[in-house]
Amino acid sequence: MPASARRRTRRPGPVVTILAALGLALLVLPLLGLLLRAPWGELPRLLASTEVLQALGLSLLTASLSTLASLVLGIPLAVLLAHSVAWSVVPRRLLRAVITIPMVLPPVVGGIALLLLLGRRGVLGQWLAEVGVTLPFTTGAVVIAQTFVAMPFLVFAVEGALRSADRRSELAAASLGASRAQVFRLVTLPLVAPGIGAGAVLCFTRALGEFGATITFAGSFPGVTRTLPIASYLAMNSDPDTAIALALLLLAVSLAVLLALRDRWLPGVVR
Amino acid sequence: MRRSALPAVVAGVVLLAGCAAPAPTAEPDALAGTVTVLAAASLAGPLDELAAAFEDTHPGVDVVISYGGSSALAEQIVSGSPVDVFFSANEATMATVADAGLAVDPEVLLTNVLQIAVPPGNPGGVTGLADFADADLTIALCDPAVPCGSAAEKLFAATGITPSADTLEEDVKAALTKVALGEVDAALVYVTDVIAAGDEVDGIEVPEAADAVNRYPIARLSGAPNADAAHAFVDLAASAAGIRFFTDAGFGTP
Repeated sequence: MPASARRRTRRPGPVVTILAALGLALLVLPLLGLLLRAPWGELPRLLASTEVLQALGLSLLTASLSTLASLVLGIPLAVLLAHSVAWSVVPRRLLRAVITIPMVLPPVVGGIALLLLLGRRGVLGQWLAEVGVTLPFTTGAVVIAQTFVAMPFLVFAVEGALRSADRRSELAAASLGASRAQVFRLVTLPLVAPGIGAGAVLCFTRALGEFGATITFAGSFPGVTRTLPIASYLAMNSDPDTAIALALLLLAVSLAVLLALRDRWLPGVVR
Repeated sequence: MRRSALPAVVAGVVLLAGCAAPAPTAEPDALAGTVTVLAAASLAGPLDELAAAFEDTHPGVDVVISYGGSSALAEQIVSGSPVDVFFSANEATMATVADAGLAVDPEVLLTNVLQIAVPPGNPGGVTGLADFADADLTIALCDPAVPCGSAAEKLFAATGITPSADTLEEDVKAALTKVALGEVDAALVYVTDVIAAGDEVDGIEVPEAADAVNRYPIARLSGAPNADAAHAFVDLAASAAGIRFFTDAGFGTP
Protein backbone atom coordinates (compact mmCIF):
# COMPACT_ATOMS: atom_id res chain seq x y z
CA MET A 1 0.00 0.00 0.00
CA PRO A 2 1.46 3.42 -0.86
CA ALA A 3 2.31 5.73 2.08
CA SER A 4 -0.28 8.32 1.07
CA ALA A 5 -3.10 5.73 1.32
CA ARG A 6 -1.88 4.61 4.74
CA ARG A 7 -1.87 8.18 6.07
CA ARG A 8 -5.48 8.70 5.00
CA THR A 9 -6.86 5.98 7.36
CA ARG A 10 -7.20 7.45 10.86
CA ARG A 11 -6.50 5.35 13.94
CA PRO A 12 -9.77 4.01 15.41
CA GLY A 13 -10.76 5.42 18.82
CA PRO A 14 -10.85 3.42 22.07
CA VAL A 15 -14.58 2.53 21.90
CA VAL A 16 -14.24 1.18 18.38
CA THR A 17 -11.11 -0.74 19.35
CA ILE A 18 -12.77 -2.36 22.41
CA LEU A 19 -15.93 -3.35 20.50
CA ALA A 20 -13.84 -4.64 17.62
CA ALA A 21 -11.80 -6.74 20.04
CA LEU A 22 -14.99 -8.19 21.54
CA GLY A 23 -16.34 -8.93 18.07
CA LEU A 24 -13.12 -10.63 17.10
CA ALA A 25 -13.15 -12.63 20.36
CA LEU A 26 -16.67 -13.87 19.58
CA LEU A 27 -15.48 -15.09 16.19
CA VAL A 28 -12.16 -16.56 17.28
CA LEU A 29 -12.64 -17.92 20.83
CA PRO A 30 -15.02 -20.78 19.90
CA LEU A 31 -12.44 -21.99 17.39
CA LEU A 32 -9.81 -21.70 20.11
CA GLY A 33 -12.04 -23.88 22.30
CA LEU A 34 -12.10 -26.44 19.53
CA LEU A 35 -8.31 -26.35 19.29
CA LEU A 36 -7.86 -26.69 23.07
CA ARG A 37 -10.31 -29.59 23.34
CA ALA A 38 -8.89 -31.37 20.29
CA PRO A 39 -7.47 -34.86 20.89
CA TRP A 40 -4.13 -33.97 19.27
CA GLY A 41 -2.41 -37.26 20.13
CA GLU A 42 -5.23 -39.28 18.63
CA LEU A 43 -5.60 -37.04 15.60
CA PRO A 44 -3.47 -38.98 13.08
CA ARG A 45 -5.32 -42.20 13.88
CA LEU A 46 -8.77 -40.55 13.81
CA LEU A 47 -8.11 -38.72 10.54
CA ALA A 48 -6.62 -41.73 8.77
CA SER A 49 -9.83 -43.77 9.05
CA THR A 50 -11.57 -44.75 5.83
CA GLU A 51 -14.75 -42.94 6.84
CA VAL A 52 -12.95 -39.63 7.35
CA LEU A 53 -10.95 -39.87 4.13
CA GLN A 54 -14.09 -40.84 2.24
CA ALA A 55 -15.97 -37.84 3.63
CA LEU A 56 -13.04 -35.52 2.86
CA GLY A 57 -12.76 -36.76 -0.72
CA LEU A 58 -16.49 -36.43 -1.26
CA SER A 59 -16.55 -32.93 0.24
CA LEU A 60 -13.67 -31.69 -1.95
CA LEU A 61 -15.24 -33.23 -5.07
CA THR A 62 -18.76 -31.89 -4.49
CA ALA A 63 -17.64 -28.42 -3.36
CA SER A 64 -15.44 -28.13 -6.48
CA LEU A 65 -18.27 -29.24 -8.76
CA SER A 66 -20.76 -26.86 -7.17
CA THR A 67 -18.25 -23.99 -7.44
CA LEU A 68 -17.84 -24.85 -11.13
CA ALA A 69 -21.63 -24.94 -11.60
CA SER A 70 -21.90 -21.62 -9.74
CA LEU A 71 -19.31 -20.04 -12.06
CA VAL A 72 -21.06 -21.26 -15.21
CA LEU A 73 -24.53 -20.18 -14.07
CA GLY A 74 -23.65 -17.45 -11.56
CA ILE A 75 -21.52 -15.13 -13.74
CA PRO A 76 -24.30 -14.70 -16.35
CA LEU A 77 -26.75 -14.20 -13.47
CA ALA A 78 -24.43 -11.52 -12.04
CA VAL A 79 -24.33 -9.80 -15.45
CA LEU A 80 -28.14 -9.82 -15.53
CA LEU A 81 -28.30 -8.49 -11.97
CA ALA A 82 -25.83 -5.69 -12.77
CA HIS A 83 -27.92 -4.71 -15.79
CA SER A 84 -31.13 -4.78 -13.75
CA VAL A 85 -30.35 -1.24 -12.48
CA ALA A 86 -31.95 -0.10 -15.73
CA TRP A 87 -35.19 -2.01 -14.97
CA SER A 88 -38.24 -0.63 -13.20
CA VAL A 89 -38.26 -0.95 -9.45
CA VAL A 90 -40.43 -4.06 -8.89
CA PRO A 91 -38.68 -6.62 -11.13
CA ARG A 92 -35.30 -5.18 -10.10
CA ARG A 93 -35.94 -5.70 -6.38
CA LEU A 94 -37.64 -9.04 -7.01
CA LEU A 95 -34.60 -10.41 -8.83
CA ARG A 96 -32.29 -9.27 -6.04
CA ALA A 97 -34.58 -10.73 -3.36
CA VAL A 98 -34.87 -14.09 -5.14
CA ILE A 99 -31.08 -14.39 -5.35
CA THR A 100 -30.71 -13.40 -1.67
CA ILE A 101 -33.26 -15.92 -0.36
CA PRO A 102 -30.99 -19.01 -0.31
CA MET A 103 -28.55 -17.01 1.87
CA VAL A 104 -31.14 -16.25 4.56
CA LEU A 105 -33.37 -19.33 4.31
CA PRO A 106 -32.70 -22.07 6.88
CA PRO A 107 -30.82 -24.60 4.71
CA VAL A 108 -33.10 -27.45 5.88
CA VAL A 109 -36.04 -25.57 4.37
CA GLY A 110 -34.03 -25.19 1.17
CA GLY A 111 -33.53 -28.96 1.21
CA ILE A 112 -37.27 -29.59 1.60
CA ALA A 113 -37.95 -27.17 -1.26
CA LEU A 114 -35.47 -29.05 -3.46
CA LEU A 115 -37.19 -32.35 -2.55
CA LEU A 116 -40.59 -30.91 -3.44
CA LEU A 117 -39.21 -29.83 -6.82
CA LEU A 118 -36.76 -32.59 -7.74
CA GLY A 119 -37.76 -35.51 -5.49
CA ARG A 120 -39.39 -38.66 -6.84
CA ARG A 121 -42.81 -37.11 -6.37
CA GLY A 122 -41.63 -33.55 -7.01
CA VAL A 123 -42.97 -31.15 -9.62
CA LEU A 124 -40.04 -31.80 -12.00
CA GLY A 125 -38.84 -34.97 -10.31
CA GLN A 126 -41.88 -36.94 -11.52
CA TRP A 127 -40.84 -36.37 -15.13
CA LEU A 128 -37.24 -37.21 -14.34
CA ALA A 129 -38.36 -40.43 -12.64
CA GLU A 130 -40.23 -41.41 -15.80
CA VAL A 131 -37.05 -41.25 -17.84
CA GLY A 132 -35.22 -43.18 -15.15
CA VAL A 133 -33.45 -40.34 -13.32
CA THR A 134 -33.86 -40.07 -9.54
CA LEU A 135 -31.79 -37.37 -7.90
CA PRO A 136 -32.31 -37.75 -4.12
CA PHE A 137 -29.66 -39.85 -2.35
CA THR A 138 -27.11 -39.34 -5.14
CA THR A 139 -23.85 -37.36 -5.23
CA GLY A 140 -25.51 -35.18 -7.88
CA ALA A 141 -28.09 -34.17 -5.30
CA VAL A 142 -25.28 -33.04 -2.96
CA VAL A 143 -23.90 -30.81 -5.74
CA ILE A 144 -27.35 -29.33 -6.44
CA ALA A 145 -27.98 -28.62 -2.74
CA GLN A 146 -24.56 -27.00 -2.33
CA THR A 147 -24.97 -24.92 -5.50
CA PHE A 148 -28.39 -23.72 -4.31
CA VAL A 149 -26.93 -22.47 -1.06
CA ALA A 150 -23.52 -21.23 -2.25
CA MET A 151 -24.12 -19.64 -5.68
CA PRO A 152 -25.62 -16.37 -4.35
CA PHE A 153 -22.27 -15.58 -2.66
CA LEU A 154 -20.57 -15.74 -6.06
CA VAL A 155 -23.33 -13.80 -7.81
CA PHE A 156 -23.13 -10.87 -5.41
CA ALA A 157 -19.32 -10.75 -5.44
CA VAL A 158 -19.23 -10.69 -9.24
CA GLU A 159 -22.11 -8.23 -9.49
CA GLY A 160 -20.31 -5.84 -7.12
CA ALA A 161 -17.19 -6.05 -9.26
CA LEU A 162 -19.18 -5.53 -12.47
CA ARG A 163 -20.91 -2.45 -11.14
CA SER A 164 -17.71 -0.79 -9.96
CA ALA A 165 -15.74 -1.72 -13.10
CA ASP A 166 -14.79 1.16 -15.34
CA ARG A 167 -17.22 0.98 -18.25
CA ARG A 168 -15.08 3.24 -20.47
CA SER A 169 -12.70 0.41 -21.45
CA GLU A 170 -15.69 -1.58 -22.70
CA LEU A 171 -16.96 1.38 -24.68
CA ALA A 172 -13.52 1.96 -26.16
CA ALA A 173 -13.19 -1.69 -27.19
CA ALA A 174 -16.64 -1.62 -28.77
CA SER A 175 -15.86 1.57 -30.69
CA LEU A 176 -12.72 -0.11 -32.04
CA GLY A 177 -14.90 -2.80 -33.60
CA ALA A 178 -14.89 -5.58 -30.96
CA SER A 179 -17.99 -7.79 -30.90
CA ARG A 180 -20.06 -8.15 -27.72
CA ALA A 181 -18.52 -11.55 -27.02
CA GLN A 182 -15.02 -10.15 -27.56
CA VAL A 183 -15.66 -7.22 -25.25
CA PHE A 184 -16.94 -9.54 -22.53
CA ARG A 185 -14.10 -12.05 -22.86
CA LEU A 186 -11.17 -9.66 -23.43
CA VAL A 187 -12.20 -6.59 -21.41
CA THR A 188 -15.01 -7.24 -18.91
CA LEU A 189 -13.87 -10.62 -17.58
CA PRO A 190 -10.27 -9.51 -16.83
CA LEU A 191 -11.66 -6.35 -15.16
CA VAL A 192 -13.86 -8.35 -12.79
CA ALA A 193 -11.47 -11.29 -12.32
CA PRO A 194 -10.76 -10.36 -8.67
CA GLY A 195 -14.50 -10.33 -7.99
CA ILE A 196 -14.90 -13.72 -9.63
CA GLY A 197 -11.97 -15.07 -7.60
CA ALA A 198 -13.37 -13.75 -4.33
CA GLY A 199 -16.82 -15.05 -5.19
CA ALA A 200 -15.51 -18.48 -6.11
CA VAL A 201 -13.58 -18.75 -2.82
CA LEU A 202 -16.62 -17.75 -0.75
CA CYS A 203 -18.79 -20.10 -2.79
CA PHE A 204 -16.38 -23.01 -2.35
CA THR A 205 -16.03 -22.57 1.41
CA ARG A 206 -19.78 -22.17 1.85
CA ALA A 207 -20.38 -25.33 -0.21
CA LEU A 208 -17.76 -27.16 1.85
CA GLY A 209 -19.60 -26.31 5.08
CA GLU A 210 -23.09 -27.01 3.72
CA PHE A 211 -25.12 -29.29 5.98
CA GLY A 212 -28.89 -28.75 6.23
CA ALA A 213 -29.93 -28.66 2.58
CA THR A 214 -27.62 -31.57 1.79
CA ILE A 215 -28.83 -33.92 4.54
CA THR A 216 -32.46 -33.11 3.74
CA PHE A 217 -32.29 -33.37 -0.05
CA ALA A 218 -29.45 -35.83 -0.61
CA GLY A 219 -29.55 -37.86 2.61
CA SER A 220 -26.48 -39.28 4.25
CA PHE A 221 -24.69 -42.37 3.04
CA PRO A 222 -20.93 -42.99 3.41
CA GLY A 223 -19.06 -42.41 0.17
CA VAL A 224 -22.13 -41.21 -1.73
CA THR A 225 -23.72 -38.29 0.11
CA ARG A 226 -22.07 -38.11 3.55
CA THR A 227 -19.89 -35.00 3.37
CA LEU A 228 -17.54 -33.78 6.13
CA PRO A 229 -20.09 -31.61 8.00
CA ILE A 230 -22.63 -34.46 8.05
CA ALA A 231 -20.01 -36.97 9.18
CA SER A 232 -18.97 -34.53 11.91
CA TYR A 233 -22.56 -34.02 13.11
CA LEU A 234 -23.25 -37.77 13.23
CA ALA A 235 -19.98 -38.47 15.00
CA MET A 236 -21.04 -35.98 17.71
CA ASN A 237 -23.72 -38.53 18.66
CA SER A 238 -21.35 -41.38 19.36
CA ASP A 239 -17.77 -40.22 19.27
CA PRO A 240 -17.11 -36.53 20.07
CA ASP A 241 -13.36 -36.90 19.50
CA THR A 242 -13.93 -37.94 15.89
CA ALA A 243 -16.45 -35.11 15.50
CA ILE A 244 -13.85 -32.60 16.68
CA ALA A 245 -11.21 -34.13 14.43
CA LEU A 246 -13.57 -33.80 11.45
CA ALA A 247 -14.37 -30.20 12.37
CA LEU A 248 -10.65 -29.38 12.55
CA LEU A 249 -10.16 -30.94 9.12
CA LEU A 250 -12.98 -28.81 7.71
CA LEU A 251 -11.48 -25.73 9.34
CA ALA A 252 -8.00 -26.53 7.99
CA VAL A 253 -9.26 -27.00 4.43
CA SER A 254 -11.25 -23.74 4.54
CA LEU A 255 -8.33 -21.80 6.03
CA ALA A 256 -5.92 -23.24 3.47
CA VAL A 257 -8.18 -22.12 0.63
CA LEU A 258 -8.67 -18.64 2.09
CA LEU A 259 -4.98 -18.13 2.86
CA ALA A 260 -3.81 -19.44 -0.50
CA LEU A 261 -5.42 -16.45 -2.19
CA ARG A 262 -4.05 -12.97 -2.28
CA ASP A 263 -5.47 -10.30 0.01
CA ARG A 264 -7.36 -8.46 -2.66
CA TRP A 265 -9.29 -11.62 -3.55
CA LEU A 266 -10.73 -11.92 -0.09
CA PRO A 267 -14.24 -10.62 0.63
CA GLY A 268 -14.39 -6.99 1.62
CA VAL A 269 -11.23 -6.00 -0.24
CA VAL A 270 -12.76 -6.43 -3.66
CA ARG A 271 -12.25 -3.24 -5.62
CA MET B 1 -61.15 -43.08 34.90
CA ARG B 2 -57.53 -43.57 35.78
CA ARG B 3 -56.60 -40.18 34.55
CA SER B 4 -59.00 -38.57 37.06
CA ALA B 5 -56.92 -40.09 39.87
CA LEU B 6 -53.97 -37.95 38.79
CA PRO B 7 -54.19 -35.11 41.35
CA ALA B 8 -54.33 -37.58 44.25
CA VAL B 9 -51.32 -39.45 42.93
CA VAL B 10 -49.40 -36.24 42.45
CA ALA B 11 -50.28 -34.99 45.93
CA GLY B 12 -49.00 -38.24 47.39
CA VAL B 13 -45.85 -38.03 45.36
CA VAL B 14 -45.20 -34.48 46.45
CA LEU B 15 -45.62 -35.43 50.10
CA LEU B 16 -43.07 -38.19 49.66
CA ALA B 17 -40.71 -35.91 47.80
CA GLY B 18 -41.11 -33.31 50.51
CA CYS B 19 -40.11 -35.81 53.18
CA ALA B 20 -36.94 -36.72 51.32
CA ALA B 21 -35.89 -33.17 50.60
CA PRO B 22 -33.79 -30.98 52.91
CA ALA B 23 -35.55 -28.75 55.43
CA PRO B 24 -37.40 -25.54 54.55
CA THR B 25 -38.96 -26.53 51.19
CA ALA B 26 -40.65 -29.57 52.72
CA GLU B 27 -44.25 -28.50 52.18
CA PRO B 28 -46.56 -29.86 49.48
CA ASP B 29 -47.33 -27.33 46.75
CA ALA B 30 -44.25 -25.42 47.71
CA LEU B 31 -42.77 -26.40 44.36
CA ALA B 32 -41.82 -23.45 42.21
CA GLY B 33 -39.47 -22.36 39.48
CA THR B 34 -38.53 -24.16 36.30
CA VAL B 35 -37.98 -27.86 35.64
CA THR B 36 -35.67 -28.40 32.67
CA VAL B 37 -36.19 -31.75 30.96
CA LEU B 38 -34.05 -33.13 28.14
CA ALA B 39 -35.93 -35.88 26.33
CA ALA B 40 -35.62 -38.14 23.30
CA ALA B 41 -37.44 -36.75 20.24
CA SER B 42 -39.68 -39.83 20.07
CA LEU B 43 -41.29 -38.89 23.42
CA ALA B 44 -42.53 -35.50 22.19
CA GLY B 45 -46.35 -35.84 22.09
CA PRO B 46 -47.14 -37.74 25.31
CA LEU B 47 -44.40 -36.03 27.32
CA ASP B 48 -45.91 -32.64 26.45
CA GLU B 49 -49.23 -33.87 27.83
CA LEU B 50 -47.54 -35.16 30.96
CA ALA B 51 -45.82 -31.81 31.44
CA ALA B 52 -49.14 -29.97 31.06
CA ALA B 53 -50.70 -32.24 33.71
CA PHE B 54 -47.75 -31.57 36.01
CA GLU B 55 -48.09 -27.81 35.57
CA ASP B 56 -51.83 -28.04 36.31
CA THR B 57 -51.07 -29.66 39.67
CA HIS B 58 -48.18 -27.31 40.42
CA PRO B 59 -49.14 -23.89 39.10
CA GLY B 60 -45.88 -22.43 40.37
CA VAL B 61 -43.76 -24.73 38.22
CA ASP B 62 -42.83 -24.18 34.60
CA VAL B 63 -41.74 -27.31 32.71
CA VAL B 64 -39.31 -26.64 29.88
CA ILE B 65 -38.63 -29.62 27.62
CA SER B 66 -35.89 -29.75 25.04
CA TYR B 67 -36.21 -32.64 22.58
CA GLY B 68 -33.37 -34.07 20.55
CA GLY B 69 -31.35 -37.13 19.72
CA SER B 70 -30.62 -38.96 23.00
CA SER B 71 -26.90 -39.17 22.33
CA ALA B 72 -26.57 -35.46 21.68
CA LEU B 73 -28.64 -34.69 24.81
CA ALA B 74 -26.42 -36.95 26.93
CA GLU B 75 -23.42 -35.09 25.57
CA GLN B 76 -24.98 -31.77 26.62
CA ILE B 77 -25.55 -33.05 30.16
CA VAL B 78 -22.03 -34.43 30.50
CA SER B 79 -20.70 -31.09 29.21
CA GLY B 80 -22.37 -29.38 32.18
CA SER B 81 -25.75 -28.06 31.00
CA PRO B 82 -27.97 -27.20 34.01
CA VAL B 83 -30.65 -29.89 33.57
CA ASP B 84 -33.13 -31.42 36.06
CA VAL B 85 -34.42 -34.53 34.31
CA PHE B 86 -33.13 -36.74 31.48
CA PHE B 87 -35.51 -39.08 29.62
CA SER B 88 -33.53 -41.12 27.11
CA ALA B 89 -34.45 -43.47 24.27
CA ASN B 90 -31.93 -46.14 25.22
CA GLU B 91 -29.94 -47.41 28.15
CA ALA B 92 -26.55 -46.86 26.53
CA THR B 93 -27.00 -43.08 26.42
CA MET B 94 -28.29 -43.04 30.00
CA ALA B 95 -25.20 -45.04 30.95
CA THR B 96 -23.03 -42.23 29.53
CA VAL B 97 -24.65 -39.84 31.99
CA ALA B 98 -24.67 -42.34 34.88
CA ASP B 99 -20.98 -43.17 34.32
CA ALA B 100 -20.21 -39.49 34.73
CA GLY B 101 -21.92 -39.72 38.14
CA LEU B 102 -24.74 -37.39 37.11
CA ALA B 103 -27.88 -39.60 36.96
CA VAL B 104 -29.79 -40.40 40.17
CA ASP B 105 -31.64 -43.76 40.19
CA PRO B 106 -32.24 -44.28 36.45
CA GLU B 107 -35.34 -46.37 35.88
CA VAL B 108 -36.64 -47.91 32.66
CA LEU B 109 -40.23 -46.73 32.24
CA LEU B 110 -41.13 -47.49 28.64
CA THR B 111 -40.40 -49.70 25.69
CA ASN B 112 -40.79 -49.05 21.99
CA VAL B 113 -40.53 -51.45 19.07
CA LEU B 114 -39.46 -50.86 15.51
CA GLN B 115 -41.99 -50.90 12.73
CA ILE B 116 -41.73 -50.49 8.96
CA ALA B 117 -43.11 -47.18 7.71
CA VAL B 118 -44.13 -46.95 4.06
CA PRO B 119 -45.75 -44.12 2.08
CA PRO B 120 -49.58 -44.34 1.94
CA GLY B 121 -50.59 -47.10 -0.49
CA ASN B 122 -47.18 -48.80 -0.15
CA PRO B 123 -45.91 -48.00 -3.71
CA GLY B 124 -42.81 -50.20 -3.24
CA GLY B 125 -44.94 -53.25 -2.33
CA VAL B 126 -43.01 -53.80 0.90
CA THR B 127 -44.26 -56.77 2.94
CA GLY B 128 -41.61 -57.36 5.57
CA LEU B 129 -38.08 -56.93 6.80
CA ALA B 130 -36.66 -59.12 3.99
CA ASP B 131 -37.56 -56.40 1.46
CA PHE B 132 -34.91 -54.16 3.05
CA ALA B 133 -32.28 -56.28 1.25
CA ASP B 134 -33.82 -55.39 -2.13
CA ALA B 135 -31.40 -53.01 -3.88
CA ASP B 136 -34.15 -51.81 -6.24
CA LEU B 137 -36.13 -50.28 -3.40
CA THR B 138 -35.16 -46.92 -1.90
CA ILE B 139 -34.61 -47.49 1.81
CA ALA B 140 -33.97 -45.09 4.70
CA LEU B 141 -32.55 -46.23 8.02
CA CYS B 142 -31.37 -44.29 11.05
CA ASP B 143 -27.61 -44.00 11.39
CA PRO B 144 -26.21 -46.62 13.80
CA ALA B 145 -24.87 -43.71 15.91
CA VAL B 146 -28.42 -42.83 17.07
CA PRO B 147 -30.72 -45.15 19.09
CA CYS B 148 -33.21 -46.04 16.32
CA GLY B 149 -30.26 -46.92 14.10
CA SER B 150 -28.55 -49.08 16.69
CA ALA B 151 -31.85 -50.89 17.35
CA ALA B 152 -32.21 -51.49 13.58
CA GLU B 153 -28.63 -52.71 13.35
CA LYS B 154 -29.30 -55.24 16.15
CA LEU B 155 -32.49 -56.38 14.46
CA PHE B 156 -30.78 -56.96 11.11
CA ALA B 157 -27.90 -58.77 12.78
CA ALA B 158 -30.37 -61.04 14.62
CA THR B 159 -32.35 -61.82 11.47
CA GLY B 160 -29.34 -62.23 9.18
CA ILE B 161 -30.69 -59.66 6.69
CA THR B 162 -28.20 -57.29 5.06
CA PRO B 163 -30.10 -54.06 4.40
CA SER B 164 -29.40 -52.13 1.20
CA ALA B 165 -29.96 -48.63 2.58
CA ASP B 166 -29.82 -45.52 0.42
CA THR B 167 -29.51 -43.10 3.31
CA LEU B 168 -28.67 -43.29 7.02
CA GLU B 169 -30.64 -40.48 8.63
CA GLU B 170 -29.57 -38.40 11.62
CA ASP B 171 -32.74 -39.10 13.59
CA VAL B 172 -36.00 -41.01 13.42
CA LYS B 173 -38.10 -37.96 12.43
CA ALA B 174 -35.85 -37.29 9.42
CA ALA B 175 -36.33 -40.89 8.26
CA LEU B 176 -40.09 -40.56 8.72
CA THR B 177 -40.22 -37.28 6.76
CA LYS B 178 -38.59 -39.01 3.78
CA VAL B 179 -41.32 -41.67 3.93
CA ALA B 180 -44.11 -39.11 4.24
CA LEU B 181 -42.77 -37.25 1.18
CA GLY B 182 -42.68 -40.53 -0.76
CA GLU B 183 -38.94 -40.20 -1.39
CA VAL B 184 -38.19 -43.64 0.03
CA ASP B 185 -40.16 -46.88 -0.28
CA ALA B 186 -39.64 -47.87 3.35
CA ALA B 187 -37.93 -46.89 6.57
CA LEU B 188 -37.49 -48.61 9.89
CA VAL B 189 -38.83 -46.34 12.67
CA TYR B 190 -40.59 -46.70 16.01
CA VAL B 191 -44.21 -47.82 16.16
CA THR B 192 -44.96 -44.62 18.14
CA ASP B 193 -43.69 -42.52 15.21
CA VAL B 194 -45.95 -44.38 12.80
CA ILE B 195 -48.94 -43.74 15.11
CA ALA B 196 -48.02 -40.07 15.56
CA ALA B 197 -47.69 -39.56 11.79
CA GLY B 198 -51.38 -40.51 11.35
CA ASP B 199 -52.35 -41.14 7.73
CA GLU B 200 -49.15 -39.61 6.33
CA VAL B 201 -47.52 -43.05 6.48
CA ASP B 202 -48.65 -46.67 6.71
CA GLY B 203 -47.14 -49.06 9.24
CA ILE B 204 -46.18 -52.69 8.71
CA GLU B 205 -45.56 -54.76 11.83
CA VAL B 206 -42.25 -56.53 12.20
CA PRO B 207 -42.72 -59.76 14.22
CA GLU B 208 -38.93 -60.14 14.55
CA ALA B 209 -38.69 -56.76 16.28
CA ALA B 210 -40.20 -58.05 19.51
CA ASP B 211 -36.70 -59.26 20.42
CA ALA B 212 -35.09 -55.87 19.80
CA VAL B 213 -37.14 -53.49 21.91
CA ASN B 214 -35.79 -50.07 22.84
CA ARG B 215 -35.91 -49.30 26.54
CA TYR B 216 -36.47 -45.72 27.76
CA PRO B 217 -34.88 -44.85 31.13
CA ILE B 218 -35.64 -41.67 33.05
CA ALA B 219 -33.50 -40.11 35.78
CA ARG B 220 -33.24 -36.90 37.72
CA LEU B 221 -29.78 -35.44 37.68
CA SER B 222 -27.49 -34.99 40.66
CA GLY B 223 -26.76 -31.41 39.65
CA ALA B 224 -30.45 -30.56 39.18
CA PRO B 225 -31.00 -26.83 39.84
CA ASN B 226 -34.56 -27.63 40.97
CA ALA B 227 -34.13 -30.98 42.74
CA ASP B 228 -37.53 -31.13 44.48
CA ALA B 229 -39.53 -30.45 41.36
CA ALA B 230 -37.33 -32.84 39.38
CA HIS B 231 -38.11 -35.55 41.92
CA ALA B 232 -41.85 -34.86 41.68
CA PHE B 233 -41.73 -34.85 37.89
CA VAL B 234 -39.96 -38.21 37.66
CA ASP B 235 -42.37 -39.72 40.19
CA LEU B 236 -45.36 -38.51 38.19
CA ALA B 237 -43.90 -39.96 34.98
CA ALA B 238 -43.40 -43.31 36.72
CA SER B 239 -46.91 -43.37 38.23
CA ALA B 240 -49.73 -45.35 36.62
CA ALA B 241 -51.40 -42.11 35.55
CA GLY B 242 -48.15 -40.86 34.03
CA ILE B 243 -47.41 -44.06 32.13
CA ARG B 244 -50.91 -43.95 30.69
CA PHE B 245 -50.03 -40.90 28.54
CA PHE B 246 -47.30 -42.96 26.89
CA THR B 247 -49.17 -46.24 26.44
CA ASP B 248 -51.94 -44.25 24.72
CA ALA B 249 -49.31 -43.11 22.20
CA GLY B 250 -48.16 -46.65 21.44
CA PHE B 251 -45.36 -47.16 23.97
CA GLY B 252 -45.07 -50.41 25.91
CA THR B 253 -43.94 -50.97 29.47
CA PRO B 254 -41.06 -53.25 30.53
